[in-house]
Amino acid sequence: MIIHSIFFYFFATIAIISAIMVTASKNTVHSVFFLILDFITISCLFIMIGAEFLGMIMLIVYVGAVAVLFLFVVMMLNVSQQKNTWFSSEKSSTHIPFGLLISLIIFIELIIVVGGWKFKPDLIQSYSSIGVNLNETNTHSIGNVLYTDYIHLFQLGGMILLVSMIGAIVLTFRTRVGVKRQSYIKQISREKDTAVELVNVESKKGVKIDV
Amino acid sequence: MFDIGIGHYLILGAIIFTIGVVGIFLNRKNIIVILMSIELILLAVNINLVSFSIFMSDITGQIFTLYILTVAAAEAAIGLAIIVAYYRNSGTIRVEEIDKLKG
Repeated sequence: MIIHSIFFYFFATIAIISAIMVTASKNTVHSVFFLILDFITISCLFIMIGAEFLGMIMLIVYVGAVAVLFLFVVMMLNVSQQKNTWFSSEKSSTHIPFGLLISLIIFIELIIVVGGWKFKPDLIQSYSSIGVNLNETNTHSIGNVLYTDYIHLFQLGGMILLVSMIGAIVLTFRTRVGVKRQSYIKQISREKDTAVELVNVESKKGVKIDV
Repeated sequence: MFDIGIGHYLILGAIIFTIGVVGIFLNRKNIIVILMSIELILLAVNINLVSFSIFMSDITGQIFTLYILTVAAAEAAIGLAIIVAYYRNSGTIRVEEIDKLKG
């Protein structure tokens, strides 16, 4: 139990510090690095309390896809060389006390909710019909439920991914001017009449080709 | 103190959630940091769901965490696509200079 708590405090400290550094570091590339560190730490916590499948999926999806996508965009848009200022803009300095106040209120509310949970321990009892069989692995029990009881949620997730893929392609698609592109419609619909022209070549005059 | 229960995980989730909210409110940099703060908030929600799922021994929370993971990936892709399109049009993604709506 001591080992468990030591590991918990270790990972939680790293997670909180790196979360602060995500929002506070001046360079955006450093923010992405700290975001990756945060994801890895939280997935370690997940694996530690017994949600191995979700920990691994978080490593694959967040670190392997989302964070690398962020890194690509940050390096592509050349924003890391902009002068990033923190708390120093005079135009919007009136936001800062309000933002801190509202964040503090949100944090206090969350802590109150957690405390209420702690003082009413008989709530810790699952009323769902889907329990956890301790003889199965975590992945096995997730798979038992995901493809039977939550199949609509699963398919809806697939639809969301498809829509987001189409949306990202449509948003970033542009037709460049001045670049010769291949047009399949034009190529296929090309007819003999428009493409070939019969010319009577006169002697010693040649043919004038206008492009 | 040394008995790690559900409360510790919930407080960790609350702290990370609040850091994400602070990052959205007080951001004076570019929009990408705001998107990263949203990812932090979703991460805090995932921590809450997984800890409830483990400590109440109910697998449903992990299913919903999987769903939130999907939605977060889709949201990041769409948001970054919007940012790329905006940067192509206006040349900047700094928060202070995006004032077309005059908000």
